[in-house]
Amino acid sequence: MNDRDKSKAPEREAVLARLLGPDGPELGCEECFAELDRYVELDLAGSDPDGNVPGMRAHLEGCPACAEDFRSLKALLEETD
Amino acid sequence: MASATMTMPIETPAEDSAARGEDDSRRWLQRLGASGPRRDAAVVELHGLLLKAARFEIDRRRASLPHLRGDDLEDIAQQSADDALFAVLSKLGDFRGEARFTTWAYKFALLEASVKVRRRAWQGRETPLAEDAWAVLADTAGRTATARAEDTELFGALREEIEGSLTEHQREVLVAVTLNDVPIDVLAERLETTRGALYKTLHDARRRLRTALAGRGFRIEGIREEAP
Ligand SMILES: [Zn+2]
Repeated sequence: MNDRDKSKAPEREAVLARLLGPDGPELGCEECFAELDRYVELDLAGSDPDGNVPGMRAHLEGCPACAEDFRSLKALLEETD
Repeated sequence: MASATMTMPIETPAEDSAARGEDDSRRWLQRLGASGPRRDAAVVELHGLLLKAARFEIDRRRASLPHLRGDDLEDIAQQSADDALFAVLSKLGDFRGEARFTTWAYKFALLEASVKVRRRAWQGRETPLAEDAWAVLADTAGRTATARAEDTELFGALREEIEGSLTEHQREVLVAVTLNDVPIDVLAERLETTRGALYKTLHDARRRLRTALAGRGFRIEGIREEAP
């Protein structure tokens, strides 16, 4: 059963992006998890996270679950620090 | 003549906090590697941090669990903290000191909690059928067709390639995760595999679709999701 509200179909670009995924090399989920703590700290410090962890941003664009985990860790650190 | 204080290195605030982070991390590893009451106290303290992280995550996602009461949510938090504690203690050797120890530990608690919440939210729910996905494609194409005449063609080609160029497993994963919003952890549990293995399947399916569409003359480069 799909309870998506049909009157609010997602936009063209969003559907295409989800179907086709990121364009270019990306990490897998295991590598993403291994780098997540370092990536978030670099991000919060403004220390070029994408230059230091290549392929991470593409994975976060392509993988909704890892992207949620990224946002959660970032938000938790922002709240605790 | 230089006084003792003037020869001390001047640290920027960032270096200062990084050094403090390294000290904290070293202290955690020493305490967790110790034995007796010193280690016991560290384990209790670590569990407290993991529980805080798990509650934080569950609080963020509680809208997806409207049917659960506070007790149920607290149970999920406790279970997540317990599982994360086990994971952290058994993976201490993997900690490379590239982030603070607490940041490294938090991610295990957040992962345990987010996976449990996603699975709980989908408990008893059927995985949507492919027809739901085609409706998403048709809706999207229909809504934009007046602005972009070629969209009907593009979305038609997409459906053809999804049905014709992918393996059954690739099609199932792609449709569920990208069109029907089934969380990848929920699908992984149902197919008895892992998030990583399913993502690899999704990745291969997407590559194949990109290649097929490009081969049919559609311009798809530059399409990308918003940064998270
Ligand atoms: Zn992932």
